[in-house]
Amino acid sequence: MRSIVKTPLAVLAATTMLSGAAVAQDSLSGTLRISSDMSNPAPRAIIEGLVEDFGEMHPDLDIELTVVDREAWKTQIRNVLSANPPDVVNWYAANRMGPYVDAGLFMDISDWWEAGDYEGLESVRGALTMDGRQWGIPYTYYQWGVYYREDIYNELGLSEPTTWEEELANCEVIIDSGRACYTIGTRFLWTAGGWFDYLNMRTNGFDFHMALARGEVPWTDERVRQTFANWRELIDMGAFIEDHQTYSWQDALPLMINGEAAAYLMGNFVVPHLREAGLTDDQIDFYQFPAINPDVELGEDAPTDTFHVPAGAENVEAARAFLAYVASPEVQTEINGPDGLGQLPVNANASVADDEFNQQGFEMLSENAQGGIAQFFDRDFPAEMAAIGMEGLQEFMVFPDNLDDILNRLEQARQRIYD
Amino acid sequence: MTTVTATGSWVQRNRMTLTPLLFLLPGVLFFVVYVISPIFQSFGISLYEWDGLGEADYIGLDNYRELMTDRAFEISLWNNVKWLVLYLLAIPAGLFIALFLNQTVRGIRLYKSLFFFPFVLSQVVVGLVFSWFYLPREGLLNAMLALFGLEPVNILGDPQLATYGIIAAGLWPQTAYCMILYLTGLNAVDPEQIEAGRLDGAKGWRMLWHVVLPQLRPATFIAFVVTIIGALRSFDLISIMTNGGPFGSTRVLSFLMFEKALGEYGFRMGYGSAIAVVLFLIMLVFIGYFLWQMWRDERAARH
Repeated sequence: MRSIVKTPLAVLAATTMLSGAAVAQDSLSGTLRISSDMSNPAPRAIIEGLVEDFGEMHPDLDIELTVVDREAWKTQIRNVLSANPPDVVNWYAANRMGPYVDAGLFMDISDWWEAGDYEGLESVRGALTMDGRQWGIPYTYYQWGVYYREDIYNELGLSEPTTWEEELANCEVIIDSGRACYTIGTRFLWTAGGWFDYLNMRTNGFDFHMALARGEVPWTDERVRQTFANWRELIDMGAFIEDHQTYSWQDALPLMINGEAAAYLMGNFVVPHLREAGLTDDQIDFYQFPAINPDVELGEDAPTDTFHVPAGAENVEAARAFLAYVASPEVQTEINGPDGLGQLPVNANASVADDEFNQQGFEMLSENAQGGIAQFFDRDFPAEMAAIGMEGLQEFMVFPDNLDDILNRLEQARQRIYD
Repeated sequence: MTTVTATGSWVQRNRMTLTPLLFLLPGVLFFVVYVISPIFQSFGISLYEWDGLGEADYIGLDNYRELMTDRAFEISLWNNVKWLVLYLLAIPAGLFIALFLNQTVRGIRLYKSLFFFPFVLSQVVVGLVFSWFYLPREGLLNAMLALFGLEPVNILGDPQLATYGIIAAGLWPQTAYCMILYLTGLNAVDPEQIEAGRLDGAKGWRMLWHVVLPQLRPATFIAFVVTIIGALRSFDLISIMTNGGPFGSTRVLSFLMFEKALGEYGFRMGYGSAIAVVLFLIMLVFIGYFLWQMWRDERAARH
């Protein structure tokens, strides 16, 4: 088992001080029960390491860790939270918290934010805020963007596009060379949500996108139609691979790996897959989704994973200390590092791993995302709207002519869901 | 003393009634708790708007009204009809394979086992095998079509074809099931009646229709029951092969119910229950018919 933090004393001091002067160094006792969805190999090692190190700092504290399969957790969390809840759980930021916040199952931890437990996390505070209160803390996030085959771009003499015209011109060249511009697998729908997020944020801006997510704009609005018109330009020229409705996002990977498609709009978690498949860092690179409407500022998708304290937690004190520990710069640097999740730390005082993609992503999100940072289609839109919406997006990608029918259907759903 | 004797004698007097009741009790108890009462609960929940966590709001028949306008529901219902009708093809197919295999040649047991094999496979495996078979680029189906110079098709990616593709996959194990039912039935066919029929000059189709099939009636009945139930339960194949897609075109009622009530973006317990109620009513038609049929047969047997 790898150890996460080699500077326990400093962190410990910081943590305990933050947790309030009355809390002495080893006052944490009893049992801290954590239910986590970090079930994939790398995340699992992280949560186990966190528990081990935190346990070493607090010898009187018993920590019980339950790791649940990440997909299964999406439905199990409901049972876990309502019957005999643990002290700390994993979940996602933004609207995805809605059902549990509304049902009073997450603890309001605004006071801990106010008390300065999470110094350096100010920039992500918004994603954990609902009804003006904070309901958890983030521990990692990652950028989305276009991952492309650098060698193919070089071969065709293309450079990273920054405008829609450049984007379309590039794509034309790629198609003429007998490839598809983008691989995508829409079988599980959410990948199409990523495309819509970007096209809508670039066409109408971040604020409009969020208004749409909150149900304040009709789907039949002319501006939404403009987004689809831009999307259609790509579809009509044959930018996307065929039969994508049959593939999962992993099924679509080989097409990029064997060079039949030149790029993939995806989250940073795609990078390890590309590397494992044998592509070197000379062959893959990353660019920010190009601007479409020059009048709107760039908004980005950067989904955030989180920790929460259930309302029924018994060892609140230990839960608070654990959250502060996870959010601290040292731990953030370590768990998001190249040996950990390989993602971006949420703490501004943490350092980003020396990795081409993490560095580019961090730079993009901190310097070139003035529009705002969105979570993702299925986290920003209410669950039901997201499900119906993504189905419509997939249908649009296969049958763009059905657009009117799709938009009317989504509009009908919007009027029912948000009222 | 007197009481004890009285109780003892009461038990003794009613032993013939009590013993079967006691033996039935555990089964009945579980049946009531896990089968009967959830049916009524579903009726109840379907009148509420409830996310499974917070307060349930009573909304009367609104869920059912929404069903009437929900296109996903309409598509699922039609898909259920397609499943019911096309799945029945397993019965004649199973019958003919059984007739074909019902002969004594060397190694017939091996052939029978090979034909029966798909039924032993898990539905998940059947679904996976068929989805590979249908793959748009690497799939065997398109390789075969290419041999005949035909255009490749993406069956599971085409909303018009996908359901038929899944039903075809489902027919594979279901045909094997019907075949085994008929093979057992054929063992019980009376050779003397066949002989008599032959003397009267019946052969081929007439022999099958008038002499063999009537004797296979019990097997046909069971084959109907399991096939209808199988068609209405078609969940695993859909989940594995298309996950309800593309854009919801392959969902059936049970899949829609699961998605709405328990799926990742679901948790509309009331709406899911309303779908469950509709599905239950559809099943009730068949269950009622089967029960009536069985009751009639038993009465006929007693007289």
